[in-house]
Amino acid sequence: MGQELVIAIIKMIVVFALALLVVAYLTYLERKIIGHMQLRLGPMRVGPHGLLQPIADGLKLFVKEDIVPREADKWTYYFAPVFDLVCALVLLAVIPFSYHFMVTRLNIGVLYILSIASVGSIAILLAGWASGSKYPILGGLRSAAQMFSYEIFLGFSIIGVLMISGSLDLVKIVEAQSRVWNIVYQPVAFVIYIIAALGELKRIPFDLPEAENELVAGHHTEYSGFKFAYFFLAEYAHMIIISCMAVILFLGGWKGPVLPGIVWFLIKICAFFYFFIWVRGTFPRYRYDQFMAIGWKIMLPVVLANIVATGVVMRLV
Amino acid sequence: MSWAQLFFYVFAILAVIMALMVITRRKAVHSAIFLILAFICFAATYVIMNAELLAAIQVLVYAGGVVGLIIFVIMLVGAEEGEVKQTHGQWLIAGFVALLLVVEVAFILLGTLFRPTGALASKMVPAGGNTEALGVVLYTKYLFPFEVASVLLLAAMIGAIVLAKYKLKR
Repeated sequence: MGQELVIAIIKMIVVFALALLVVAYLTYLERKIIGHMQLRLGPMRVGPHGLLQPIADGLKLFVKEDIVPREADKWTYYFAPVFDLVCALVLLAVIPFSYHFMVTRLNIGVLYILSIASVGSIAILLAGWASGSKYPILGGLRSAAQMFSYEIFLGFSIIGVLMISGSLDLVKIVEAQSRVWNIVYQPVAFVIYIIAALGELKRIPFDLPEAENELVAGHHTEYSGFKFAYFFLAEYAHMIIISCMAVILFLGGWKGPVLPGIVWFLIKICAFFYFFIWVRGTFPRYRYDQFMAIGWKIMLPVVLANIVATGVVMRLV
Repeated sequence: MSWAQLFFYVFAILAVIMALMVITRRKAVHSAIFLILAFICFAATYVIMNAELLAAIQVLVYAGGVVGLIIFVIMLVGAEEGEVKQTHGQWLIAGFVALLLVVEVAFILLGTLFRPTGALASKMVPAGGNTEALGVVLYTKYLFPFEVASVLLLAAMIGAIVLAKYKLKR
């Protein structure tokens, strides 16, 4: 019993340390890629090609003055960023990076991720309210409305995959894709998943809660120093989770020829990281009413039709 | 005492503490936060009792959805302004209902506390986990109540939309 516990704790530390490192270097990657897309060089000063930039950024945030607004509700103001980051990081516990490397195997892995993610969106709402000023509360309400509605499309787009693999266990879902990846059976669901993921991640073109020209910086307008860093880390951690989920559900997880499983997994999620950054470099921001109309008037009917079609085809075949 | 039992008592005590915090906080938003934590503690006890699906639903629907809506309402209505005092004089009715609840809980506890009754959830479900077991029962034995509940929810949804539209027109 004691030995199992030690192994579990070591696994947790490894996964979370790696995740935080990846998060830090995702910010570097994002600035570098966006820079090159815009014919700039991106960060270049700290270390060779700016490779130490994320560490410098982290240090800077760590030593910055931590300001709490006078009107803020202190307890909630401290609680919200911590809650947001915790909700983002605990999701990593069920991700199978390869058949042998995961913190824990849960027979309801998909539901676990969806449920904790839905709790995480409350943190943003609380952060907006706790700041005690106008722009954050508007940003908080807006992002909550956005995340609550896009969670529905995200959840529905997964159902087709669940029907095919017949399990909520992430390992079984990957095993079911030994021959053909789910993206072949569920192309529509995959597209909807990606769009819903962009909405859920609050990234361009759907970064409405942080639209600078309307809301300054949304829910984290008043946050500074390390509390801001918590939101920042949580956002990128969500990006990792969403990419991992996409790989597991649609692209066959760690399956692939020649190379070991974990390498395949990393290659696939890196492709998603690049895709998300690429989208940010390409598209303008949508208007809020357009964004909601896309969700409720186009994506919802399409994704419901997809579920029905999947059911009919599975019955016939 | 096994690990499972130890963790069960830890989370049970935490849940009770959180529930107490919910009803003693002055600010409505603080109550809502403690409500989330209480629901998460409940979910943890469900996991210890091998009811993973119930735990996930608990977090998804209650901690995520219901409390989210509660916070929305608190923010939009502005109930967090100052202390909320009870003024409508329902102490008597509330006391009566609370008494009924205490009696009910006492009966249940007296009936089951000192002898093990019923079957453990873990023994009821096959190896595939309780999601499958619940799904099978829901779509065969309890199909009719399930459909009735769906229709009820649909009616409530349409009702909400109609009310909102009516207000918009005026």
